[in-house]
Amino acid sequence: MDLLEKLTILSDAAKYDAACTSSGVRRGYQPGMIGNTSSSLMGCCHSFSADGRCITLLKVLMTNCCVYDCKYCVNRRSNDTRRAAFSPRELAELTIGFYRRNYIEGLFLSSGVLRNPDYTTEQMIRSLEILRHDYCFNGYIHAKAIPGTSPELVTRLGLLADRLSVNVELPSEAGLQTLAPDKSKAAILRPMGQIRDEVVQSKAELVKYKHAPSFAPAGQSTQLIVGATGDSDRHILHLTESLYQKYRLKRVFYSAYVPVVENSLLPALDTKPPLLREHRLYQADWLLRFYGFRAEELLTAEQPDFNPLIDPKCNWAIGHLEQFPVEIMSADYETLLRVPGIGPIGAKRIISARRVSHLRFEDLSRLGVVLKRAQFFITCGGRMRSGLRYSASTLVRQLESIQRGELPPDGTAVQLSLFDSAG
Amino acid sequence: MIYQYDGSYEGFLCCVYESYINKEFPIAFCGDEECFSLYPVRCVITISDHARRVQRGLEKMSIPGAQILRRVFLTCMEDKEQRMYAFARKLFSQGGTFLKNQSDEVYHPLAAAIRHMNGEVEKLKGFVRFSDYGGVLGAEIEPKNRVLPLLRGYFCNRCANEAFFIYDRTHRDLLLYANGRSRIMRVDQLQLDLPGEEEVHYRELWKRFYETIAIKERLNPRCQDIRMPKRYRGTMTEFLPTDHERHRNAIPPAAGAAFPGSAAPGGIPAPAKPR
Repeated sequence: MDLLEKLTILSDAAKYDAACTSSGVRRGYQPGMIGNTSSSLMGCCHSFSADGRCITLLKVLMTNCCVYDCKYCVNRRSNDTRRAAFSPRELAELTIGFYRRNYIEGLFLSSGVLRNPDYTTEQMIRSLEILRHDYCFNGYIHAKAIPGTSPELVTRLGLLADRLSVNVELPSEAGLQTLAPDKSKAAILRPMGQIRDEVVQSKAELVKYKHAPSFAPAGQSTQLIVGATGDSDRHILHLTESLYQKYRLKRVFYSAYVPVVENSLLPALDTKPPLLREHRLYQADWLLRFYGFRAEELLTAEQPDFNPLIDPKCNWAIGHLEQFPVEIMSADYETLLRVPGIGPIGAKRIISARRVSHLRFEDLSRLGVVLKRAQFFITCGGRMRSGLRYSASTLVRQLESIQRGELPPDGTAVQLSLFDSAG
Repeated sequence: MIYQYDGSYEGFLCCVYESYINKEFPIAFCGDEECFSLYPVRCVITISDHARRVQRGLEKMSIPGAQILRRVFLTCMEDKEQRMYAFARKLFSQGGTFLKNQSDEVYHPLAAAIRHMNGEVEKLKGFVRFSDYGGVLGAEIEPKNRVLPLLRGYFCNRCANEAFFIYDRTHRDLLLYANGRSRIMRVDQLQLDLPGEEEVHYRELWKRFYETIAIKERLNPRCQDIRMPKRYRGTMTEFLPTDHERHRNAIPPAAGAAFPGSAAPGGIPAPAKPR
């Protein structure tokens, strides 16, 4: 089998993994090595595929042979699909060839489970060692830690990679038991805990010794599949929050479930992936990480799922009208951040600008505030925007109609029909 | 009064100098090209001493202000010089306090232009596509702003152990790098060599990867267009035929092989042996 064919099979099998960032670590050029990871803190997007997702790493599986039989997965044992495997040297050469041409920022290496988790991880380590040592690759590497791998091997993997991830995939234990009988919650969380501890330890050692080896300097991430099981947004968001807090994850990725296999336990094959729901979860995830929100504020037991037509921040603000309007000229940073249409950059610019000038509504849009959303929630110099008409009862509909234009054109229709048939 | 200058940043600073010396307010600026107008034209000669004096004056009023001015000169903002001139005047009369307010009417257009350019730089860091021409990496870009000086540091660090060039088709600037030293110079035309066998193979692999990685069920061309506007795609491998140089150079396929020699422009010696 030639390289082109292998690449096709093994990138096709890896594409459902959402995690594709090169962020979280800055490592400049080092003499004798190839490349760096000193791009901006947000990572560097090298292209955008036809589905609008960023391509930053060469995302492939080491092999798509797998002994597991997870019902939702294309690579499951019982699926009749073409199998292939990269040889370690082949993969290293491909990575370097792509990296030199500025196609990619590094390698994202995952794998199906060949024989057992330990054997698979050894193969991955072998590849990364060749890449790092023989080819002197200094770029970004994201590696998957496979649940069930022994701790020594995870340590060795972490010393070669910039970021590790263990995929939770199914947000609940019940989901795991029915759809992924070979995995268990404990087996997934064990390496996560280990990675967390080793990252902390490695950071502490680096403070003491300049040349201490660094273990996964860009931390760890995970992925949750949305829509394969019946879990609510609230459940997913609470899980996300606890992963951030307990396991100090850098990112939690959500992947709208794309039906790839027929199974009575899973959504039918003609179900469209819940893209809008995924989008709302990402918005909520941002609120948790950068806006100081807590999961319990965003969703309650009475409203366990997001309104697909309104973004989570507006949704929260409508439920807390007693905290608004906020006065632009005097509100503190945290309060400004909670106003729909004002983000961290806008809030900082407002605070800087109001020291030297009296701000008017026209000025706010120049500062990067989305006025069509923010106007309902702010006053400027004690006054609401002139000509603005709304009441608590019409506000929801007004915001919905404002945001309608921002929804993906066909995604909306999908969501609405899904919403209707939810009962 | 219209000011005519040589189009360099130093030249612009000299315009500021002249306007203060002559106590006049230029209503327009024009570059080296001939300028037809009914207004009187003042031809400003670039004198480094004058430029340095204005630069020092700006830095005395506000160092960030002087930096903003220099950066804005690289952008493609409309009426760039007039807006820069207004900015310089405000800086001289009021100092740098107004820089705290991004909605300031003199500062805001400049801030927006810099943001636009920074966005382009950020995108191009990822979208630049090198080809291996016999050991030397080469790329072409078509940016709106003069981004090469801003990409220089990034690529010199990333490709420190390579020899490479990036050609800006819009502004006809060429960035060269070899053996730890880089240079930007004006090159009116750049003829690229035909890609070798290995290069074509990597292009095929990349194009295949690019097609495969998209999830068909999630197709979203609108999102793709917003994040990667079409104007960038003319120089990106995944949207070009594997032998796009042949189409550009309009060489009939059979004659292609008869063009040996290095594609490295400007006398970069090709490394003895590609790794």
